[in-house]
Order: sequence, then structure tokens, then C-alpha cells
Amino acid sequence: MAEITLIEGLRQAMDEELARDERVFIVGEDVGPRGGVFRATLGLFDKYGPDRVIDSPLAELSIVGIGIGAALYGMRPICEIQFADFIHPAFNQIVSEAARLCYRSNGEWTAPMVIRAPYGGGIGGGLYHSQSIEAFYSHVPGLKVVIPSSPHDAKGLLKSAVRDPNPVLFLEPKKGYRLIKGEVAEGEEILVPIGPARVSRPGRDVSLFAYGMMHHYALQAAGAVAAEGIDVEVVDLRTLAPVDRRTILDSVRKTGKALIVHEDNLTGGYGAEVAAILAEQAFTDLDAPVRRLAGPDVPGVPFSHPMQDWFMPDPAKIAAAVRELAAY
Amino acid sequence: MPAKVIMPQLGESVVEGTVTRWLKREGDSIEEFEALLEVNTDKVDTEIPAPASGRVLRLYVTEGTTVRAGTLLAVIGQPGEAIPDAEAESPGVAPMAAAAAAPAPSPEPDTIAQPAQVDLGFISPVVARLAREHNLDLRQIRGTGAGGRITKKDVLSHLESRPAAPWESPSLGELFRPTEEVFGVAGAAPGASAPAAGELVQLDAVRRAIAEHMLRSKATSPHVTTVMEADMRRVVAHRLAHREAFAREGVNLTYTAYFAAACVAALRAVPLVNASWTDEGIRLHPRIHLGIAVSLGEQGLIVPVIKDAGQKSLLGLAQALGDLAGRARARKLQPDEVQGGTFTITNHGVSGSLFATPIIHQPQTGILGVGALQKRVVAVESRDASGAVTDSIAIRPMVYLTLTFDHRILDGALADAFLGKVVETLQGWGP
Repeated sequence: MAEITLIEGLRQAMDEELARDERVFIVGEDVGPRGGVFRATLGLFDKYGPDRVIDSPLAELSIVGIGIGAALYGMRPICEIQFADFIHPAFNQIVSEAARLCYRSNGEWTAPMVIRAPYGGGIGGGLYHSQSIEAFYSHVPGLKVVIPSSPHDAKGLLKSAVRDPNPVLFLEPKKGYRLIKGEVAEGEEILVPIGPARVSRPGRDVSLFAYGMMHHYALQAAGAVAAEGIDVEVVDLRTLAPVDRRTILDSVRKTGKALIVHEDNLTGGYGAEVAAILAEQAFTDLDAPVRRLAGPDVPGVPFSHPMQDWFMPDPAKIAAAVRELAAY
Repeated sequence: MPAKVIMPQLGESVVEGTVTRWLKREGDSIEEFEALLEVNTDKVDTEIPAPASGRVLRLYVTEGTTVRAGTLLAVIGQPGEAIPDAEAESPGVAPMAAAAAAPAPSPEPDTIAQPAQVDLGFISPVVARLAREHNLDLRQIRGTGAGGRITKKDVLSHLESRPAAPWESPSLGELFRPTEEVFGVAGAAPGASAPAAGELVQLDAVRRAIAEHMLRSKATSPHVTTVMEADMRRVVAHRLAHREAFAREGVNLTYTAYFAAACVAALRAVPLVNASWTDEGIRLHPRIHLGIAVSLGEQGLIVPVIKDAGQKSLLGLAQALGDLAGRARARKLQPDEVQGGTFTITNHGVSGSLFATPIIHQPQTGILGVGALQKRVVAVESRDASGAVTDSIAIRPMVYLTLTFDHRILDGALADAFLGKVVETLQGWGP
């Protein structure tokens, strides 16, 4: 076992998949000699050459379009969108083309591709480098949406995503790239299945659902309130689409109380889906109203530091919401 | 129609108040809205006005008495009007020494004051469901949630602390009931149908069959009984943790299922217990069919059989138990469902019996008797890091288990090996 960062887990996954399958290639802005703006692909250009680690023009629509075409041609593209904020020009390619191919061709054609995109705020990135975009894409049937929150899951889920026969939107919590460290086994293949959520901390009093950076904070908040006698069960959703209803329901059937945390703004956010699942399928197990803690409904994460802090959920805000729910 | 003066609820959380001073006496006349009495609560002191004009016919509560909101305090009307009886109105409140003779209580239902309502606050969906499932009176449960709300935890800890606790009552689906209960002994109070002294009780077919079988069994097998006890801590915890999940599958998880599972494990370990005596030799049964004694009340006792109990999980056993017990009580068992058992369990513990020596169900080898589950003080040995042994006293849910066996087939050591395996299975029950 070695302790590595989340981004190192991603780099290892891509390295191993490039080595395993020659159909795998990476395309994106600055992914080549520079190794990506966050250095996720560092060293891969030197190792695999310019045909397999390809610098693209500043055009997200064409990055995804190239990926779809190559996937249909039998390749296994990993498309990198430099910031999730810039994925919107490719919305049509992802939603109208990639996600629909299997359905539209009655299973004859699929688009086996991964679209990687760093997302989320708290890094002083302002409006154009901090967005959380998961809710837009979790709504799209035919598209898988995956968000890891640990180096182990980052590596194992990305490798599974590369091997998936259908398109996977792989969102990476960029604030956690180097902040989140964890043990990852060496010398063995790590594959984490897409779909199942993970109970990362079992507890009895309140269920706390989160993903990405917020899952990291959720664990910290759970640790903080444990000293006060509040036993929080933390669930890392990991895959937003398709969602793991079973784990969500099992947890709330035990605790009777649910808090969902995401940094994306509240209205129409992913928490609404979890809340709806609980309202529909666990109504008679609820002992308190389902609570959501999310970013405020403003058009973006502010640039100013105090304002950014105001926007972002953090361990203290999560702990406060947990306390309130536990006391209900 | 006299007007009633009722103790009002003087605030959201104020459920009682003290009558500090009556401002009128019985027989005084009073105007509507004129102050009749002073009331003190832990929050306010206030005057209660008369709801109507007339004469004060009766005061029901003495000065200095604390009463709940909703209690009848006084009646105002015209002399000669019927006065309601305080006892019928608000139980537990003694009326003042009445100067006037008390006429018959007014029978009209629309004039009866409502009994004091306890505000339970918000009842969450899960609390409502648990109350329904366990037939609970929520007024008996103290709320610890926001504003005194009854939380799921409050309900669960109430369920755990219920005095009925260790064994659920037969009405909750516990499969077997003790023969003592069936035969109406063991200190049972004589019921309405109890025969009068000197009466001859007619024998019905079931009673004759039971009598014949009991005699024949005693004449057939030399009965010997061995007794052990089991610490049920892990089973109790497991059942608490899984009862809800089983209930969602429509299955009532009773302790019987655990004893059945433990018997299956022990019958596997000591196959000679799952056998029958024949003149040719001891016939070992390849399959485990578990008979469970089910009381049919005054109609006697029936022993439905869980076929292939050895193939069933805890869920499967609990499911089969619920099904068989339900149909046994509804008299809907098929004849082959009460035959072919290879071992029997009987629970005499429901009526408090600690251990007993039941009679073997022929042609089986043994019968497991399950005593009352009760909390007992036991000495516990623990070992610290250095290996030193420390003794301590613990409170544990304990049960006595008896194996009554056919001494032709089993010797004491083998019988103890079987019973020991039952105990070991129960005590080591996994999470």
C-alpha cells in the first residue's frame, strides 16, 4: 500500500489503461507535453507518444465530437475537458449524440468513451473555474455520471469507466486533487464498479449523503459531532447516474433521518433526486424532514474569498446541519 | 342546559393549572364574562371568566388543587337544573363537599366534557408506522425530540424497555405456547368457561389423543432430561437489529426461529438425535423435519412440522414458523403438515416456567424444552492485555434449555454434546 493523492490515482488509472489497451487514447487541451493544467496526464505523452496523448484545439465541442467518432470507429477515447465550466459547448454532443447512440441504434452501436472534467469550487477560481455541473448531466438517460472522492475510487472507477461500453462523464473534485490522500494497493488491478454507493462510515442517528469534495467534508463533520454523541452514517454516492437506490434506502431505513450535501446550488440540484427517492420509497421510515445543504441559488461561486466561503458548504456548516437534524 | 366552566389550556405547552381562588360561591349569581376564579400555572396567573350568566350551581375543585386542562371546574345555570357528575366528567378529580344534593348526571352526550387530550406534537411517519406495528399507545412514551416530539429512538427504546420484553406475547406471533397454558394450570386464574367444582368435563377427540400419546410415549422411551443455560445476548441484539428488515419482507422474526436454527445446527452435529428406535436398529433420518408445538387454546395442542428445516435460512425458518402457526390457529393445516417430524421444540417459558421435562413426541429421540428468557446476574470472566483474568458481574438475558431424550438411543454425553451445540450456536450468534 502506498499513500497517494487523488490526482495520482487518476494518472495511474490512465497509465495502466493506456498500457493495457492500445485502443485507449487521451485527447484534450494541454494534456500532451504539458501534462494537463492540473498535471493529471503528466508523463503520459513521453511514455505513449503524440498519437495516444493528443493536444486539442480550445474547442470542447470538437473534443467530445472527436471522441464520439473515434469510439464508433472502435477506439476507447478519454476526453479531458479542462474545467467542467467549459463543458457546455459540448452539451449537444454529449446529450444528443453520445448518450443516445445505444438506444437510438437498438444496441447495435455504442459510444464507449470517458469524458473527464474537474469540477467544483473553493479554489479561488471564481465564476468560470468553480462550477458544479452534475445535475445537468445526471438528468440524461444513457449517460453515466461518476464522481470519486478518494484516490482508490478515483483509480478504480476511472479504469472501470474506460472499459464501460457506454459514455461515462467522470467528474473530478479538483479542490481534492492534492488535498485528498489515501492508501491505494500496489501491484494489483483496482477496478471499482460503476453504480454502487459506499457506506464510508456506519452510524445510527443521521444519514449523510455526499460525493466528491463534500464527501470528504462530510466525514470530517461526522467525526466532529461523534464527540457529542451523534452517530452519523456517511454514504459516498460515487455514481450519480445510475443512482444506487438500495444503499440510500437501507441507510435511511436504519436512521430515519437524511441530510444531502452538495456544493452545486440548491434548486434542481442532485439532492432533490435523493430527497425524492426517500419521499417516494421510504416515507414510513422517515423520522424527520429530509434536509439539503447546498450552495446558495446564485449564478456562480463568487471570486472574493469571504464570498466564496459564504457559498461553499464546509465541515462546520455540515456539522451544524447534522446537529439540527439529530435534535429534531 | 347548564353552562360548564372547563379548565382552559393556557398556553401551548401548559397542560395543567392550579385553582388559587374561587371568586364566587355556590349559589352566587354571576354575569357572563364576570371573573369566576383565579388560576395559576407555571407560566401565568389569570382569571377565568364565566361563560354564561346565571347562578353558580356547583364548584367541583377545591382551592389549591392542580388539575389538567379540560377538567370540569364549575357549572353555571338556573337553580333546579341537572348538574353533571364530576367523576363522569373528569376522572380523578374529587368534587368539593357539595352543599346541594347531587342530582343524577346529565346523560346527553353533547354535554359531556372531553377528557384531557395530551398533545403528542408532530408524529413522524416512522413513529406512526412503529406505533401501528407494535400496537403502542404513544401517550405512554416520553418524547425527547425538538419540542418534546416523540422520535423513532424514543419508540425503539420504549420497545426495548417494555416489561413484557424478553418474550413477545403469543398474539404477536410467537409460535408455541406452553402445555401448562393449554391445560389451564400453572396458576392460571379460572376463566369464565372454567368448569364448576364437581362437574364432569367431557373428553373430546383431541384430549383423548393427547392422553393416549403421552402414556404411550412414557411407556415406550426411558426419558432422561439434561439442562443447560444459554446467554442470549447476541441473539437479542441480532433480533433487534433485523426485526424491521424481516417485517418489511412480511416476516415476524420471533425467538423461535433462532431456537429452530440452533436445533438444526445441533442435529447436524449429532445426527443420532435426529433418529428413531426400531427393533432392527436405530434409524438415522437423512432430513431434518422440525416439529413445533402450537397451542390451540382450549382446543389443545398441535405440532406442525417445518419440513426440511435443515435447508432453511433464519428468514426461511421465521417465514415457515409464521405460516404454520397462523394456519394452525386458523385450523387450516393439511394433515401431512403435522406428520413426519424428526425432532420437536416446545416452549414452556412463555408462562414463566424456567425449565421442564417435556414428553417425547414418538417415534422421535428427543424434545427441546425452552424456558423463560429472563435477565439474570452472571459472573463473567475477562482477560486483559497482560493475560490476567478478571471476574465481573454482568446482567445477561439467560434461558434454560432442556433436552429430554430416549436413553435407549442416546447416552448422557452425546445428549450433552447436542445441547451444548444448541447453546454454542445461540451464544455465538453472528452479527
